[in-house]
Amino acid sequence: MSRKVTRRKFVAGTAAGAVAASFKFPAPAIAQAAPFKLGLLTVKTGPLAQGGIQMEQGIVTLLKEKNYTFAGRKVEFISADTGGNPAGTKTKAQELIERDKVDTIVGPLAAFELLAITDYIAQQKTPCLSLAAAEDMTQRRPNPYFLRASATSAQAMHPMADFSAKELKLKRMITVSEDFAFGYEQMGGFQQTFEDNGGKILKKLWPPIVTPDYTPYLAQIEGVDGVCQGFAGSNPLRFMKQYAAAGLKYPVVTGETGGDDALLRSFGDEAVGLYSCCPYTLDLDTDTNKRFVAAMNKDYSVDPGFYCAGLYVNGMVVEAGLQKTGGKSDDKAELMKAMKSVSLTDTPRGPIKFDHLGNVVGDFYIRHLEKANGKLVNKTVKTYHNVSQFWTYDEKKFLEQPVYSRDFPPVKS
Amino acid sequence: MTFWLVLTANSITFGGLLFLLSAGFSLIFGLMRIPNLTHGSLFMLGAYIGATFVIGMFGVKLNFWLAAVLATLTVAFLGALAERLLLRRLPGDQLAQVLVTLGLSFMAADFCLIVWGGDPLSVATPPELTGFARLGILVFPNYRLAIIVIAAVVAAALWLLLERTRLGAMIRAGVDDPDMARVVGIRVSQLFTIVFALGAGLAAFAGIVGAPILSVYPGLDQDMLPLALVVVILGGTGSLLGSFVGSIIVGFIYNFGQALLPELAYFVLFLPMLLVLLLRPQGLFGRHVP
Repeated sequence: MSRKVTRRKFVAGTAAGAVAASFKFPAPAIAQAAPFKLGLLTVKTGPLAQGGIQMEQGIVTLLKEKNYTFAGRKVEFISADTGGNPAGTKTKAQELIERDKVDTIVGPLAAFELLAITDYIAQQKTPCLSLAAAEDMTQRRPNPYFLRASATSAQAMHPMADFSAKELKLKRMITVSEDFAFGYEQMGGFQQTFEDNGGKILKKLWPPIVTPDYTPYLAQIEGVDGVCQGFAGSNPLRFMKQYAAAGLKYPVVTGETGGDDALLRSFGDEAVGLYSCCPYTLDLDTDTNKRFVAAMNKDYSVDPGFYCAGLYVNGMVVEAGLQKTGGKSDDKAELMKAMKSVSLTDTPRGPIKFDHLGNVVGDFYIRHLEKANGKLVNKTVKTYHNVSQFWTYDEKKFLEQPVYSRDFPPVKS
Repeated sequence: MTFWLVLTANSITFGGLLFLLSAGFSLIFGLMRIPNLTHGSLFMLGAYIGATFVIGMFGVKLNFWLAAVLATLTVAFLGALAERLLLRRLPGDQLAQVLVTLGLSFMAADFCLIVWGGDPLSVATPPELTGFARLGILVFPNYRLAIIVIAAVVAAALWLLLERTRLGAMIRAGVDDPDMARVVGIRVSQLFTIVFALGAGLAAFAGIVGAPILSVYPGLDQDMLPLALVVVILGGTGSLLGSFVGSIIVGFIYNFGQALLPELAYFVLFLPMLLVLLLRPQGLFGRHVP
């Protein structure tokens, strides 16, 4: 409604600064009166839309709760649909930054979307808080304008492997995950920690992302104590169904995408018994989380999962960062620094802070999928506190080894 | 040993499902020369409509088979409508047909997203077919065996329809020489609608029959369409036998390719298609060079 006026003001206030391509002319009075512009890159059409729509629901829930006001500044929210492809993401990021002049971007969803814009956001000095898990974004090739409050690909798999070896006492396992970077990084992390704790990975199976029927892979699973799956999107659903249909009974463990709470409304009884490790759990017993879940139930009649919570938490980080700068967002480097130094004790996913590379250090929850009162629920059985992307490994040594890949760590015969 | 047996049995099951999907595609292309890129969408639409009734999403809960019939009829009707209202206006213009059907498939995908949301739907196996069958050392899910039987029955019914009925004779005449068929008084344009509806219905039926295995989710259409294309190009368009043999071959290539050469899974799947296109463009059993 007030968009035209604000844009005119904004353009007037920053025109000189834009020409000089620096922020020597901050015009604080005008800038503070202008709304803070928050852009969302998400996927609302196509196969990835399920997670993308949940992302938007998560951030909108937070904005409503805060009455669209962060640190005393009105928040103008602009949502863009990337279509779930790199080219679309680049176009929409340019629209958000150059046309809408957003102060911060939350999203995008997938690593291949993020990789398409990582150089661009660094160039434009626009803070970006994404869910994309690509390890090297906060490890070997960090981007100073990137912040991740969710998890790297392997961040949940390290504790999952620890739990599998120590508590479930599994010794020999097979991993199965999609044949792309997110799968490799998840399974690599799992293998490293599992084998460090005396376990052994016998085989790593990589079905293509589009695999209507997993039976050819399931037929190769035998003679093990358990299976680790790292599927994402709607694939976990089909995998668990076909796993049960193949008569396999080995326990299955997975990460945040394979056992997400948002999948529970689609899973059937075949998923009962699944262990998952996730940076968010629906049953976290705090007031903040209960308020978040209640709001989601009320507005969308669904239980939130990892994608909703991820964006809600991202929003909280932006708000806390703005509070630190006193509501100022003209100097993006300052804003970025403020957000990176944010430490929140109470978010729906528990306490979080960031390491110097911009990745979250927070709690990770091991959940056991059970049936209670005819409904599937993920029951938290163990919480790993203050988990960093390096797990218990030394950061320097960790960064010296190659990024987890299809062949690293190698399967020892 | 069990490994090979499971893969073999599963290849036939998957081939059966592919046959249900691609028989209609092949007939439509054979008779009407329309490369129907909505075929994956029809499959998905059938799966969604069927799943709606099986799950009882909008208050109406039906038996699996009843839901399958209902989904088949609905999608067949939609197919007939699309043929009458859109494709009819573009006779012989393949580029326009490709673009229209491609556009329709995108619209169908977003329509499904709006109506059914992004969450995947899980369809339970019909209760009478849960459990496993023991065939010697092979343990195989009953439902997958049932798919083989269903595909065989549908194949036989289609064969009877095409080879032993008056309608079938007219369709064959239309496939072989549409102009001559018109001259002898066959209303080829009416046949077009019937065949398109039949093909659409078959795709929808495949969708709901496949749903307990594949589940129903946004993007299912894009996953299935390439498989239908491979089958039809391999087997030859307009040939029922071609679809049948093509489906079984692709079923085997798909299963064994993924199990033995996972790195080359897609390569192995599409290589035969390339070879056939280069060396025998009409397909293994096709009669026409398009």
